[in-house]
Amino acid sequence: MTTLNPLKPSERMKVPRQHSIEQPALERVQNFTEVSFGVDEERAMTEATRCLECKNQVCMEGCPVGIDIRSFIQFILQKDYAGAVRKIREANYLPSICGRVCPQEEQCEAVCTLGKKHMPVAIGKLERFVADYELEHNLFTPPVIKEHREEKVAIVGSGPAGLTCAAELAQMGYKVTVFEALHAVGGVLRYGIPEFRLPRKILDMETDRIRQLGVDIQTNFLVGRTATIDEFIEEWGFSAVFLGTGAGTPNFMGIPGESLTGVYSANEFLTRVNLMKANSFPEYDTPIRMGSNVAVIGGGNTAMDAVRTAKRLGAERAILVYRRSRQEMPARQEEIHHAEEEGIELLLLTNPVQILGSENHFVNGIECQRMELGEPDESGRRKPVAIKGSEYMIPVQIVIEAVGQQPNPIIQATTPGLMTGKKGVVETNEKQATSRPGIFAGGDLSRGGATVILAMRDGKQAAAAIHEYIQSKKPNAAVASPVTEAATQV
Amino acid sequence: MFPIISKEVLAPTISKFVLKAPLVARKRKAGNFVIVRVIETGERIPLTIVDSNPTEGTITLIVQAIGKTTKLLCSKNVGDALTDVVGPLGNPTPIENHGAVACVGGGVGTAELFPITKALKDAGNFVYSIIGGRTKDLVILEQEMRACSDQVFVTTDDGSYGQKGIVTDPLKQLLTNPQTPIKAVYAIGPLPMMKAVANVTKGFGVHTLVSLNAIMVDGTGMCGGCRVTIDGKMKFACVDGPEFDAHQVDFDELILRNRSYVDFEKVSNERLLNDLTSSREVAR
Repeated sequence: MTTLNPLKPSERMKVPRQHSIEQPALERVQNFTEVSFGVDEERAMTEATRCLECKNQVCMEGCPVGIDIRSFIQFILQKDYAGAVRKIREANYLPSICGRVCPQEEQCEAVCTLGKKHMPVAIGKLERFVADYELEHNLFTPPVIKEHREEKVAIVGSGPAGLTCAAELAQMGYKVTVFEALHAVGGVLRYGIPEFRLPRKILDMETDRIRQLGVDIQTNFLVGRTATIDEFIEEWGFSAVFLGTGAGTPNFMGIPGESLTGVYSANEFLTRVNLMKANSFPEYDTPIRMGSNVAVIGGGNTAMDAVRTAKRLGAERAILVYRRSRQEMPARQEEIHHAEEEGIELLLLTNPVQILGSENHFVNGIECQRMELGEPDESGRRKPVAIKGSEYMIPVQIVIEAVGQQPNPIIQATTPGLMTGKKGVVETNEKQATSRPGIFAGGDLSRGGATVILAMRDGKQAAAAIHEYIQSKKPNAAVASPVTEAATQV
Repeated sequence: MFPIISKEVLAPTISKFVLKAPLVARKRKAGNFVIVRVIETGERIPLTIVDSNPTEGTITLIVQAIGKTTKLLCSKNVGDALTDVVGPLGNPTPIENHGAVACVGGGVGTAELFPITKALKDAGNFVYSIIGGRTKDLVILEQEMRACSDQVFVTTDDGSYGQKGIVTDPLKQLLTNPQTPIKAVYAIGPLPMMKAVANVTKGFGVHTLVSLNAIMVDGTGMCGGCRVTIDGKMKFACVDGPEFDAHQVDFDELILRNRSYVDFEKVSNERLLNDLTSSREVAR
């Protein structure tokens, strides 16, 4: 391929990796505006010249949805930003979301050839740049749908898995309806991820673009209660169903004091702010309790989102309490870095043993014990062991537990024959087919708790399998589809 | 949007609404509830479905104006619409023929009790109903309850209607009387009332179900805000309930949890009062 890059490969390696423009930490803790403004056109262009244009596209293999990264960077070099985003959208319909929340450092950027000796190409920042450019300059045109099909597909849940599956199927020409239990679209992108990481404007824009494909989105519809999956298939005329209901049921630690006023699951805390806009009380009616000292328990991205939200709601001390060390924290490095810049206190190797309360049932402290790392456990991480007699009390008014989620049990309980595994996770084969023919699942519902991009991967995979399934069911289909065969073997 | 088809004022603070919500009406069973959001900036609150008409595609809600959202809802009229209604939520009430049952309703809780009473009667039970309120105005649905009960007792705290006293007075008499062999009790009302009923029936060893009105956000098992302690274990009222064995409920804890936002509620209430007053002045 002829290169559009003005630099020789040896020169490209000397160009430093470009950084995002960010809102200063002291300023941003006062607002819910996005932390990162991304890169500008000049930085994007400089960054694009760093790409080595490898023949063996390892970055594309590193991307769970297989974006043709080398090609979209070529479009950037031609200043054809709309072309670049069109190239991305061939593989991933939600580029402005992935450009913001994907852990690129573990995926495409982790395998980037340049990264072996230097810093990898900032692929995520480039993805976000072109997606934002397209939005700002109003360059979006919906892809042309070549063939319209009669079959209807129901998508349950409007999170990243469901929206991706919907977009893929709609582009194949199917009639797609998305069912969402809440009053707003987006699932975890709406209720879980805060505005300062994913602005609502971006999410609204991306969901509008899915509607532009002809996808019908019905809110206020709790599948399993408002209608069941079997009714969808038998009465509503859906040929196939995709389940992407996520892992929305919060875990609690099971320590004394969890019923006190001022104890929240991270889900509730974030939902009150992100979905219900409790940060704008009393203009919005949903309240949220705050205190000068807030403890968030956990070490994942949800814990990070909660503790940084608490800081923005006015907590003087926003403390993250995690029982292992920094190395074992599941949160993205970038999030930990941003949190520390914002003055979040990390209390590592510390485990809460009970939440203390006043006579009127309000939280006034949390008792913790210090931990040390022992032998590796089943997860391969060194197991934290309590140090005897190390208990001490931290005065806090709010405790937020971010200690994991499980799939919501409603669908499993109302869909006979749907096989589930540990903690209610729906079992699927490699094509996302469940134990019930015609029913597919993906995202956190089948993974238990993963990332936005893996949910999108599953949604995409399921769309292909649904297409194959529907076509194989047609009277003139030559042979039984491998999907249906596999499905019966789950 | 979910339009209001009809409105009837049952008492100065209690209104009955019939809403267009065909999908909810189609599936609703006794004991189910909906989560509603009245306006775009509103909060999500749970309300028990009192009745439904699948043919008309309507559901009936009975609302007492207590907090900001219920006051706002009660200020709405035919022609207005609610922004969001989702349901039917929660597990339906387990209905079986026990022989003889007592249905105990306090205040607006009688509205939630009514569909259950009807279902119990239809299942062949001999139904004793006890409905009470602080004062005469707060005794609601008496005619409807009479229509689906074999015997009805009415109590008011102040003696302004029926017998003076509280609902547990006739309940105790029924449970003591060998002529009235009650096998199950269904009680819905304010938490202190349900607690009192539970205390009475526990002594007689009579199975008792109560419906818990915990604070909810999503109502679908996502937030855990409605967690209650049942037999020492954490349960979510929205998906595990809303009905539980009264003898296993930690009522004192729930009473405290339901006070979590009283200070916020005061602020919201004052704002609403100002808004309603100024809009009335504009209308003048």
